[in-house]
Amino acid sequence: MLDDIDRRILRIFQAEPSLTTAELAERCRISAGVCWRRIEKMQAAGIIEGQEAVIDWAALGYAVEVSLRITLDKTQPRAFDEFTEAARDVSEVIEIQTFLGRVDVRLSVLARDMTHYQQVYRDRILTLPHIADIEALMHIARVKRDEVLPV
Amino acid sequence: MIELDEVDRKILRALAQDATQSAGALGRRFGLSQPATWRRIRRLEQAGVIKGRRLRLNAEALGFGVTVFLGVKLGRKGQISLEDFERAVSAIPEVQTVEHVLGLYDYRLRVVARDLADFERVLRRRIMTLPGAGDVEANVLLSEERLPGPIG
Repeated sequence: MLDDIDRRILRIFQAEPSLTTAELAERCRISAGVCWRRIEKMQAAGIIEGQEAVIDWAALGYAVEVSLRITLDKTQPRAFDEFTEAARDVSEVIEIQTFLGRVDVRLSVLARDMTHYQQVYRDRILTLPHIADIEALMHIARVKRDEVLPV
Repeated sequence: MIELDEVDRKILRALAQDATQSAGALGRRFGLSQPATWRRIRRLEQAGVIKGRRLRLNAEALGFGVTVFLGVKLGRKGQISLEDFERAVSAIPEVQTVEHVLGLYDYRLRVVARDLADFERVLRRRIMTLPGAGDVEANVLLSEERLPGPIG
């Protein structure tokens, strides 16, 4: 179980992942040794999985991001597997999520502009297997994006 | 706009998986010197392609067993300040991301909770009481995978 020091480490580390262990220890007001051991322990327990670089796709020229909410034809027993397998091969797809609810699968799709999006949508998305219905949500802005867990 | 070559894409892809890798280690992997790799990473950062780091935590191991995506429609459009709604929704700790979208909903929220009972509490006490919140649709996340995208 986590104690208050662990939670303090996670809170500050989530807010500023670029901190070194020494800087993190200072912010948490604990010694660097304690901080290092706590992080090691949380890594070993699978709580801290790693750190990833965050890519700004707009800086790479991908100005359009669309959320496609897809309902699958569930009379096909392998609909989920075959759909997600095929969606993984579309390089413009950056996220695949499956749900319990009105929507079965959601894809995040990137495109350079609307012309490119239309091309990806027609040639790569609509050709994916077992689609019964698609709804599109166009991203306008990300208001909050840090994905911080309230530990 | 920045142009990437094959090596830039490999470096970017490697850092998106593990941002703690040193320039030396990446250089050895891709056949570059440490300074050359460091310069490439710096160029990606300066162009804003790498805009920071994210700590990847296991939500379930921390007791957050449920992730729900909410589509929120604003009621009485025109009378509600988007800024007020955005400020209030962003202040809820359980709300991890807020996206302003165009389509069936106005906002898309990612919400974490300990379990479904806890989610119901967040929904009733915090989301439904937001200024301007109208129709809400909830979808419980079953699985999620992130792909490398067009740099893959």
